[in-house]
This record gives sequence, structure tokens and C-alpha cells, in this order.
Amino acid sequence: MRFGLSEEQTMLSDMLNKYLVANLPLDVVRASSEQTLHHNQEIWSGLLDQGIHSILIPEDYGGAGLSMLHSEVVSETLGKHIVPVSYLSNAVLSPLAILYAGSESQKEQLLPELASGSTSFGIALTDVVANRENTKLEINGNKVSGSATFIMAGENADKLILAAPGTLLIVDTKAAGVTMERLNTVDKTRDFSAVTLKDAPCELLGEIGSADDAIEKLLNAARISIAADSLGAADAMFNQALAYSRERFQFDRPIGSFQSIKHILAEMITDLEPCRSLLWYAAYAYDEVEDEAKLVACHAKAHISEMAKHVGRATTELHGGMGFTDLLGLHFWFKRIEVNRQLLGGPELQRHNAAVAQGWAPNAITAA
Amino acid sequence: MELNYGPEYDDFRAEVRHFCETEGKKTKSGALRMGENRPSQAAIDWQGQLIEAGYTARTIPKEYGGYGGTADIVKSLIIQEEFVASGTRSGIQNQGISMLVPTLLEVGTEEQKLKYIKPTINGEMIWAQGYSEPGSGSDLASLKTKGVVEGDNFVINGQKIWTSSAQYADMCFILVRTEPEAPKHHGISYLLMDMKTTGIDIKPLVTMTGDAFFNEMFISDVKVPVTSIVGQRGEGWRVANVTLKYERGMIGNPGMSAMGIRGVADLMEEETISGIRAMDMPVYRDRLLKLQGRSLANKYHGLRLLSNEINKEGMGVEGLIVKLSATYLSHEIYSLAVDVMGEFGTLYDGSAYQRQKDWMRQYLGSFMGIIGGGTSQIQKNVISERGLGLPREPLVKLDQNGWELIKK
Repeated sequence: MRFGLSEEQTMLSDMLNKYLVANLPLDVVRASSEQTLHHNQEIWSGLLDQGIHSILIPEDYGGAGLSMLHSEVVSETLGKHIVPVSYLSNAVLSPLAILYAGSESQKEQLLPELASGSTSFGIALTDVVANRENTKLEINGNKVSGSATFIMAGENADKLILAAPGTLLIVDTKAAGVTMERLNTVDKTRDFSAVTLKDAPCELLGEIGSADDAIEKLLNAARISIAADSLGAADAMFNQALAYSRERFQFDRPIGSFQSIKHILAEMITDLEPCRSLLWYAAYAYDEVEDEAKLVACHAKAHISEMAKHVGRATTELHGGMGFTDLLGLHFWFKRIEVNRQLLGGPELQRHNAAVAQGWAPNAITAA
Repeated sequence: MELNYGPEYDDFRAEVRHFCETEGKKTKSGALRMGENRPSQAAIDWQGQLIEAGYTARTIPKEYGGYGGTADIVKSLIIQEEFVASGTRSGIQNQGISMLVPTLLEVGTEEQKLKYIKPTINGEMIWAQGYSEPGSGSDLASLKTKGVVEGDNFVINGQKIWTSSAQYADMCFILVRTEPEAPKHHGISYLLMDMKTTGIDIKPLVTMTGDAFFNEMFISDVKVPVTSIVGQRGEGWRVANVTLKYERGMIGNPGMSAMGIRGVADLMEEETISGIRAMDMPVYRDRLLKLQGRSLANKYHGLRLLSNEINKEGMGVEGLIVKLSATYLSHEIYSLAVDVMGEFGTLYDGSAYQRQKDWMRQYLGSFMGIIGGGTSQIQKNVISERGLGLPREPLVKLDQNGWELIKK
């Protein structure tokens, strides 16, 4: 019996961490945040060299064929370094959408392109999770009209994967009838956009109405990955709080010798460590324990969102006025955690879905 | 991640299951409530059967009355799982077995081991814990109960509080200041005191639940043979810490909260408020789900700690947080149950209309976990100092001129 990361998974995390420490100091994140497009191509290329984008793609389609727990380790490390690229869209959700919903020929064509990094994808699932703008996609043969919001990493992508209830489809970002519009969130480390479609050419992934199960699994993958990103970010904030409490002196003492400060740090670590255990299990269950997968994925996203929020608040507060400044840059992590919290359903919606999964509530809040 | 125990344990599981289905069925279920009473003869007989089969006192050597098995945490876990799943009555659990016996095994003399371990694990010898004093709670090492050597005895004078089981215990493991000149952590001795000795006066200490699990113990000129010391004179603090280590493990059991969640969920499916089931009201349901999230996190954290132990990977700060997290969680789970019942949740003492399950008693009793074995605030000191390497709060001297820091 062994509950924890394998040696290989630990090495993956160490390798990635080393690369990011060397190549992504805060001023690089800051520079990306000041560009209109926050995506950092140089970092993305560097990460392609590390091979992380093909983790979840089966070996038959040119990938590494590894587990969700491997991917979780990567998401956590990327969140820790608030990396301005979309691993979630290009390496988790898009390949899994194609894998779960696509036809054999679509898999054979598209997955190797994702595995080699030659094609980039944006993906939108928000409107099937909680539709707040009454958006719709009307599919007419191989044409689609309508709109979608909160596309992840769509602006610089070659293709988009969009979701209607029960159906997944692909459109080309450069095709006629496709109008992209940038959405500016408070988090300047990631890109979101909306799209309006007028008789735009589209390619269905599988058949119309056949993607219910695929969407359900994608949402679980998203819940785990986003929770991992938040846990990484919260962990980074905690470590900054801990370091600061040792080096900051007031009243001739390090502030970390005051119980008011020590106890906040003790509370933070008491909240955070079980989050990691929950997340490991959620990632494991995704691959191995089908009937628990949804319950633990929903709980992981809800619980980690809450704990990360607490860590974000406490860390900011513990740094005093400096915590509130742009100069120190804690806000990059705080905002990443906040966007993750809302992304594809906040804690209340996740808990509601967890209740549904146990037969405690009548209907799920997803149109899927 | 490998969550199977492995095929080598399948036979063992089958053997335990068989025992539960045959022998287990013959016993009446229902464990003894903490501190309630001495075990019944039936419980003592059952305990004997369990020791013989190796399902309790498993790793205690045969010569001290145990089963004499090698330490195998997976086997212990399988026993626990099968007993819980089949509703089989567990063995006797008390602080003599969980705290004193491991301490004697670690630091006791051969004579002490031979004399005390067997009757204790059999359930025949009951122990009280004589640690806390009115002026020495969190700062336990400041304790003042005195032990002076006169001839072959320590003569003990002082007062203890929170002495659980003292009203019916046979023996007491007690901390006494024997070296008043030494620094406070080095002046304490750990003694084994016979509760029948003259000079011991026990007064029940009724808690907010209305129960008297605990006592005040007044000690006047009580004679304890010098051979009853565990460890050396002045080493009692170190010996006590051996025991406290086992107490922390007892209080922070993360599996407890899963049962609480299940219980509140059942309650919420039964209780109706103006005809609507509590479970169908999102305000209550969201609270339940919030607590379930934390409970699951703690459950898998427990698995992670277990795995660390099985694979001998050592433990950092992640092992220190369990009690703090689990005890607050229990408090909140019981609080939700009371809230779900509203006014009816406050019914007590077997009142008319009181629900069968006594959630209020559990809710009030949850302070035992939060405060006992080191309060939450002490836990936070332990986590931050031992786990995170933060400095201790500086000492302060207070006199008529105000206070000043004591610089070392």
C-alpha cells in the first residue's frame, strides 16, 4: 500500500519546478501580464521541450499515456509559478475532449498534432456548466451559429472546442463567420475570450448528442486540474508568508515569533496539507475508481477553492501594507486563485453537484 | 498510488472475517463509553478471546500477556476494517491500554512490565491519569504536586484535576515534582500510584454535558514506594511525553468524522421543517457538503499518513495537524445536527420529544477533543514551532514596573 506520488511523479514535479525557477521569475510573469495577450510563447516552447503537453495523450496517438495524477502534479507546479500559458486547454481538456468524444479518424489526426504541439486549441465549457448569458449554439449540418463565453486560451489558438448540451464541436479560429472578442479578467496570467459564430464551418466531435459522458468526464478533469492550479498557487503564497514571517522584524522580533502570526501560519498549513491528500485521491479516482470520481472531483474543487481563498487572504494580510501593493506582486497569485475559484463553477455549484452525485439533491447544475 | 494492501493480506482478512462472523456474532455489540464504568465480566471475557486470537494487544509480547505478534500496521487496519464492517464488538479501550502500556513497554523496568501490563490489557486493572493541575494546564511542566523521599517511599502532597476514571481506577500514573531545585522540565518524576492508598480524596468534576468523566484528586501525605518510579528521578517529563504521543494519536482519528457526516446526512433525510426535509433545503445541505469536503480531505490525509508509516517515510508537519483539524470538524458536524433540529435539538436529559440520537451531548462533548491533550492553541504552537520552525514566543517578566522581555 502506498498513498502518495511515485518517484516518477516527484521527478516530474522537480524537473518542472527547476525549469520554472530558472526561466519564470516574477518579472517575466509581470512582463507578460502587461502585454495584451498574456500567453508567453517562450515559456510555452520551453514547456513543450519538457514534454508536459502530451502526458494525457495515449501512446498510440503519439503521447506519453500517463495518468491524471501525473497531470495533477504538473498543474500544481504551474499554479505555483502562476505560469502564463494554458496547460489546461492545450494539454488536458482539448486532448481529452477529442479522446472521449472524437471518431477514430479525428483522434488519429488531431491527437498527434496536440502531442507535437503543432496545433493549439482553446476550449469553452462554461456555458454548459452555468450559462449566465443565455448563449446557444445552433448546429446545422457542418455549420454553426450562436455564441460562447469564457473560452480558455482561444485568442492565439488555431482551433476552438465548443460545447453545446450533449455535443462537442471544433471550429477554426480563422474561418469565415468566426468573430473572437477578448475578455479581460482580473487575472493577467491567462487569456479568455468569447466568440460569435455566423454560419461558421464546424466539425462535430463524434455525433450530435453523443458527448454527454465525455463532457461529464471533461468537467471532472477540469475540476481536478483547476483545483491543483489553486493548490499550487496557495502553496506558493503560504511559503512567501512563512519566509516573510522569519525575515520581517517589528518590535525587535521577527513577526513569526508572535503567536498571532504563528497561529495564522499553523492554520494555513492545517488547511493546506489535507487538500493535497484529497487532490491526489481525486486524481487517482479519476483513472481508477469510476463511481467516486465525480464526488471527489467536485469536493476537491470546492474545498481547495475555499482553503486557497483563506490562504490568499491570510498571506496578503500577513505582509501588511506591502501585501496590498503591485510591487510585491502577491496579487498575481491571489487573482489566479480567484479566477480558478469561479472557473467552471464556484464552490457552491461544485457542492451542489457533489450532493447530486450522492442522491442528496435532485438536479445537477450542468446542461450536460 | 497503490491502494491495495496486496494479495499476501487476503488470507489474513478472510481469517478475521471468519472470526467476526462466528465468534463475533456470539457477543453483544456496544462498546463502553469513555470513562463511564469498569468493563463488565462479559467485556473482560471477550477481551481475553480477542487477545488469544491476536485481534487486540497484538504486538504486546506473550510474557506480558499479549499476543506476541510482530508490528504490522496493515494487519491492524484490516482488523479494524472488518470489525467495523461487521459491527463486531471491539476490545476494551482505555487510557491504561492506549497510554500507559506503550509507555511501560518503552521505558518501564522488567518488573513493572510483568506486574502491570497483563492485568491492564485484560481489562481488569483500570488506570487514572494524574497530569493536569489547577495551575498547570497548557504549561503542564510547571506542576507543583510534591514528592519527597522518606525512607522507601515518596510522600506526595498536592492536587490534580481532569483525572479521568479516578472514581473507579485501581492505579494512577502521576507526575510529581521530586527535584524542586532543578529547572522545571527536569524536576518531575513519573510514578505509579495505588488508588487505594490512604490520603487520596476524589471529587467528581461535572462537565457541561452533565457527565462526570473527570475528577479532582486531592493528595495528602500519600506514600508511594520508590520502586514505583518509571524512568529515573527528574526524567518524568520525558516519560510523560512518550505517553502524550500516544494520546495525540487517540484524539485525532480522522475516520470519526466520516461517521458523523453519515449520521447528519441520515438525520437531514428524516427531519422535516414545515413538511420539507432538511436535506431538500439548500441552506442546510450546503453546510453538510462543506463539512463533507473537509471530512474527505482529512480521510485521505489519514491514508497518506498511514502510508508514510507503512513505508517508513518519516513525518513532517503533515503529521502534526490532525488533531487541530479533526476536533474542530467534529464540533461543526455536531453543531449542524443540532441546527437541523432547531428547538428540538436543544432537548436534553431524555426529554419528551427528544430525538433518539443525542447530538447535543456529542456537540457539548466535542470540547473534550478541542481542549484535551493540548488545546487547539497549544496545537498551533506545536505546528508552527516543531512543524514550521518558527521561534517560540519570548518570555516576559512582570513586576511593579510593568513587563519586560527576558533576553536569553
